[in-house]
Amino acid sequence: MTLAFAPTDRPYLPRGVRMITDKVRGGTVLLCPEKAIALDAIGEAILSRVDGSASFKEIVAGLAEAYDAPAEQIAGDVQRFLAGLRARMYLAVRS
Amino acid sequence: MTVPPPIAMLAELTHRCPLSCPYCSNPQDLLGREAEMTTAEWADTFRQAAELGVLQLHLSGGEPAARPDLAELTAAAQGCGLYTNLITSGIGLTPKRLDALEAAGLDHIQLSLQGTTAELADWIGGYKGGFDRKMKIAAEIKARGIPLTLNAVMHRHNLDDLERTIEMAVEMGARRLEVACVQFHGWASRNRAQLLPTRAQTEAAKRIVSEAEQRLRGVLAFDFVPPDYYADYPKACMGGWGTAGLNIAPDGTVLPCHAAQTIPHLDFDNVRGKPLAAIWYGGAAFNAYRGTDWLPQPCRSCDRKDTDFGGCRCQALALAGDAGATDPVCRKSPRHQAVLELLETGGSRADTAFVYRSAAG
Repeated sequence: MTLAFAPTDRPYLPRGVRMITDKVRGGTVLLCPEKAIALDAIGEAILSRVDGSASFKEIVAGLAEAYDAPAEQIAGDVQRFLAGLRARMYLAVRS
Repeated sequence: MTVPPPIAMLAELTHRCPLSCPYCSNPQDLLGREAEMTTAEWADTFRQAAELGVLQLHLSGGEPAARPDLAELTAAAQGCGLYTNLITSGIGLTPKRLDALEAAGLDHIQLSLQGTTAELADWIGGYKGGFDRKMKIAAEIKARGIPLTLNAVMHRHNLDDLERTIEMAVEMGARRLEVACVQFHGWASRNRAQLLPTRAQTEAAKRIVSEAEQRLRGVLAFDFVPPDYYADYPKACMGGWGTAGLNIAPDGTVLPCHAAQTIPHLDFDNVRGKPLAAIWYGGAAFNAYRGTDWLPQPCRSCDRKDTDFGGCRCQALALAGDAGATDPVCRKSPRHQAVLELLETGGSRADTAFVYRSAAG
């Protein structure tokens, strides 16, 4: 199967994956099975919009507006970031 | 170097286990129930770990389900904000205990697999009926949707079943499969002749994992720990000594890795007598091989020194007789010949009986 997201796909964090604030080091961390991923500002901005109801297209549009950047460019960045998480099964999809 | 806070902690709640796998990662001197920390002592250790910066807690053993307070310990860890992972054979878990663990907020289960059939698995685990009980609890985990990793410990006697192992992971609904080839420490080193895979098995395993990764993209993620005797370079053990993780033995002894007690000249602190933060930052054992300043040649002038940190200290001791030497697995090690010799003679006694893990006496 492809890991790429269709515009109408609605990604979500499955059970066992959650974002937390790292009280000791600062910043936001994605806690996954046997893995902790420190998120940069971009990763955090993307995942804060991932809630299982927003579609891929809506997530991209929201980021394009918030960061005043072209949606096509944002779409590529979001695809890469989310597909990487999906490959490790840290992200699931409703279509 | 600036010492970072640890990310992960392995809590060996007990050494007790119904299985007696011949590659058990517990030390050869197993601790009994009377030596184990109490519920309150573990809970306090979890609190200290979270304050120190630990994010991931692995509840392990022995078999952690041998502790009747497992759900209570899980709840205590969750209360500190730790991500809780249960590393289990499944033996001793029941639907009722899974209810309690889910209620306590358990995040994830890592289930071990000894073999793909009852005959093979029960022979390797030394426990008749274990496979059937494991499969029952695996079905229960799947039905509940508890996030699952299948940890298949692989060696000469089951590497040929790798394709079936991968199928089983998918059938169980696991999100991830760890193809963990036996590392030769402790019990496993006593059974090296029986367990060491052949080069052909090692090459086949690499190919099978790589093909399955493509085929099962989005279905099953893989982590592959190849048999490092066949590697060109050593593994970065623990992500660097005293850098990313720590291990607590059942009696509260704090270790840089689970096999560190095989290094006889190291002194280990105990969380019963000293704060965990003081042990992590100031403990003699943690500082013994931290960073890269202590490295011998050829590591010191090697461009891989920040990648593998000289390899595994326990393996250096076991194979080169010096915990401060370059890991002999490395092809640049002056003692690399020792590994080549083991590979040559390794499988010659593959059919002799296992030395099963057992308590002293």
